[in-house]
Amino acid sequence: MPEITLIEGVNLALKEKMAENENVVVLGQDVGLDGGIFRATIGLIEEFGADRVIDTPLAEAGIIGMAVGMAMNGLIPIPEMQFSGFSYTAFHQIENHVARYHWRTRGQIPMPMVIRMPYGAGVRAFELHSESREAYWAHTPGLKVVIPSTPRKARALLRAAIEHPDPVVFYEPKAIYRAFRENVSDEPETMEIGKAEVVREGRHITMIAYGAMMPRTLEAARMLADEGIEAEVIDLMTVSPLDEETIIESVRRTGRALVVHEAPRSFGPAAEIIARLNDKIFFELEAPVARVTGYDMPPPFFAREQWFLPSPTRIADEARETLKL
Amino acid sequence: MAKRAGKSGARATQAKTRAKKSPSATRASARKTSSKPASKGEAKALGAKVTDAKASAKKTPPPGHDHPDPYAHLFADEYHREYEASHEEMLGFYRQMLRIRRFEEKAGQLYGMGLIGGFLHLYIGEEAVAVGFDSAAGPQDRVVTGYRCHGHALIAGCSPKSLMAELTGRAPGLCKGKGGSMHMFAPDHRFYGGHGIVGAPAPLGTGLAFAAKYRGEDAVSLTFFGDGATNQGQVYESFNMAVLWKLPVVYVIENNHYAMGTSVDRASGQKDLHKRGESLGVPGMLVDGMNVFKVRAAAEEAIAYIRSGRGPILVEVKTYRYRGHSMSDPAKYRPREEVQEVRAHHDPIELLKERMLDAGIGEAEIKKIDRAVKQEIDEAADFARHAAEPEPDELYRDVLIEEA
Ligand SMILES: Cc1ncc(C[n+]2csc(CCOP(=O)(O)OP(=O)(O)O)c2C)c(N)n1
Ligand SMILES: [Mg+2]
Repeated sequence: MPEITLIEGVNLALKEKMAENENVVVLGQDVGLDGGIFRATIGLIEEFGADRVIDTPLAEAGIIGMAVGMAMNGLIPIPEMQFSGFSYTAFHQIENHVARYHWRTRGQIPMPMVIRMPYGAGVRAFELHSESREAYWAHTPGLKVVIPSTPRKARALLRAAIEHPDPVVFYEPKAIYRAFRENVSDEPETMEIGKAEVVREGRHITMIAYGAMMPRTLEAARMLADEGIEAEVIDLMTVSPLDEETIIESVRRTGRALVVHEAPRSFGPAAEIIARLNDKIFFELEAPVARVTGYDMPPPFFAREQWFLPSPTRIADEARETLKL
Repeated sequence: MAKRAGKSGARATQAKTRAKKSPSATRASARKTSSKPASKGEAKALGAKVTDAKASAKKTPPPGHDHPDPYAHLFADEYHREYEASHEEMLGFYRQMLRIRRFEEKAGQLYGMGLIGGFLHLYIGEEAVAVGFDSAAGPQDRVVTGYRCHGHALIAGCSPKSLMAELTGRAPGLCKGKGGSMHMFAPDHRFYGGHGIVGAPAPLGTGLAFAAKYRGEDAVSLTFFGDGATNQGQVYESFNMAVLWKLPVVYVIENNHYAMGTSVDRASGQKDLHKRGESLGVPGMLVDGMNVFKVRAAAEEAIAYIRSGRGPILVEVKTYRYRGHSMSDPAKYRPREEVQEVRAHHDPIELLKERMLDAGIGEAEIKKIDRAVKQEIDEAADFARHAAEPEPDELYRDVLIEEA
């Protein structure tokens, strides 16, 4: 298999799963003829036809609501929201139905579906085309939230999400859709949902990130390495439920931790990770767990976007501060 | 908005008989409209039927309305009256439409130079819609629209400098460079945005109308959205409430035939979008949006209808966008010839220009406007390129209302 981009990883997983299981259908605005606003679904309609690659009218609430009905009746729908910022008109369907159906029907009706949406800043858009609101979905019991950070992971995690019996919000880091390429296996690869991965080993501090913040965090780790600081880096991959085990095992060794996300600081995923570390291994920590995040504001216009996003410099600075304690 | 147009220099469209005035003034101005049918080709390209205006006028009024209904002709298959504009008014329309077009072209250039980020939705081809409605509205009326908003903001009275600087994300921009292309607001000019979420303006305009009625203002809310937006549920929730409370809102569907890459045909069961309000009690008009005289006449009558206290009305305006949906658009959804055809034969500015020449307005006078508009827009672009960016600490401001 040639090297592919992250968005090609998404596309590949969709193609593979649609070929494997005829109950898998893709729906959304412009997913068919146009191949999706970011071209994630390109080529699908030619291969699987308009019955399975459904161009819908502009109606997010209707799209997700329909997907609920489809899932109730034996299909595995994969609705696309063009931007995560447009998903809020469907918020009630996700919160009230997608997330709770299995629970509400006391296990009689599962809700196998993957809601795909691109999120995040860094593409010179702004506000509702740039936001990172994974905490909304992570805060909702009954949903799983998966965020890939590389082409290979996008493919393997999306495959897993489609096979997964619970509903998954698949949050795609659009800023790195085409940022770099990676080799993927010819054989279909699947990664476990709910598992984090140590992507760089180190002994001085654990840096935890996901999605579009991964390349920046790894860059910070390289900057620190030049100074003799060995940072361990964890890619969460699944934001909810958290892989507490992997995080705790690492931080226990390093004694220090730093969480990075571009979502706003307050009530963000970092707050939850810090709370868990405090609950579980407070007395093993050498320093308070730090976080580098977006600010508590809507993502600003492009002129100030890079200022808003955690940069490798900001991440490395914060790591150095933590190491001083 | 007549006042606003005046402020921005279009004195020609000022101080005319307006629908907003006393009922007699309304009738007087309605009389100014004639019923010239569109040329066949023109209407055909827009998917409209050419019908005889007199025959349409005999149609039964919408259900629930007493007979005889002075507004029955509004709901004919296609609205055919044309506003009889004075020379001055024509020059005013021309100037405003040209300002929009040149502004948008310039914005497209700045985007190409990397000075504008993200998305940029241009209104080129659709100018007659905004200008027709704006010129018919009164200074107390309000406008709310979607993300294709620069033209609306411009003729609402915002300076091109403030708008262009908003696009380039600079501090002196209309919203301090923090809103960008889709989120422009100027409540001083009764322009309420500028919304990135498709369909969202519908309930907002309904709420503006509610407040106007509640406060006893004689103000109409002009609520614009696209053909694609008509498939959003909140549009119908709005229609129902507007009828329920007889709210003074004109819903204007800017039907440019496409929602991003999806044509109306591929997204709509009921493709006659002006009929979309019928079962909820919102009567609908269908208007050729490439002819500013028709849009103006229709707008005037729609506004008069609302001021008569009958509740909301829906106006579907058939128009066309020449450019891609935003700046990157694979344009697989329409043949190139279609765009060329509309540009060549149905351009709203060209049509207006022809009419002006026919009416005896000299080339020289038209050229004078061309030059003035070019200069105004060039200056705006210069300003927007060189203005300062907002300071970082500006960004926290206004997230919450801070106590000083
Ligand atoms: C709720 C929502 N869904 C999707 C989008 C993405 N989007 C932006 S514009 C657009 C097409 C809208 O078409 P239409 O209403 O016809 O307006 P036009 O762009 O033609 O003026 C889409 C799908 C959005 N902004 N908001
Ligand atoms: Mg449209």
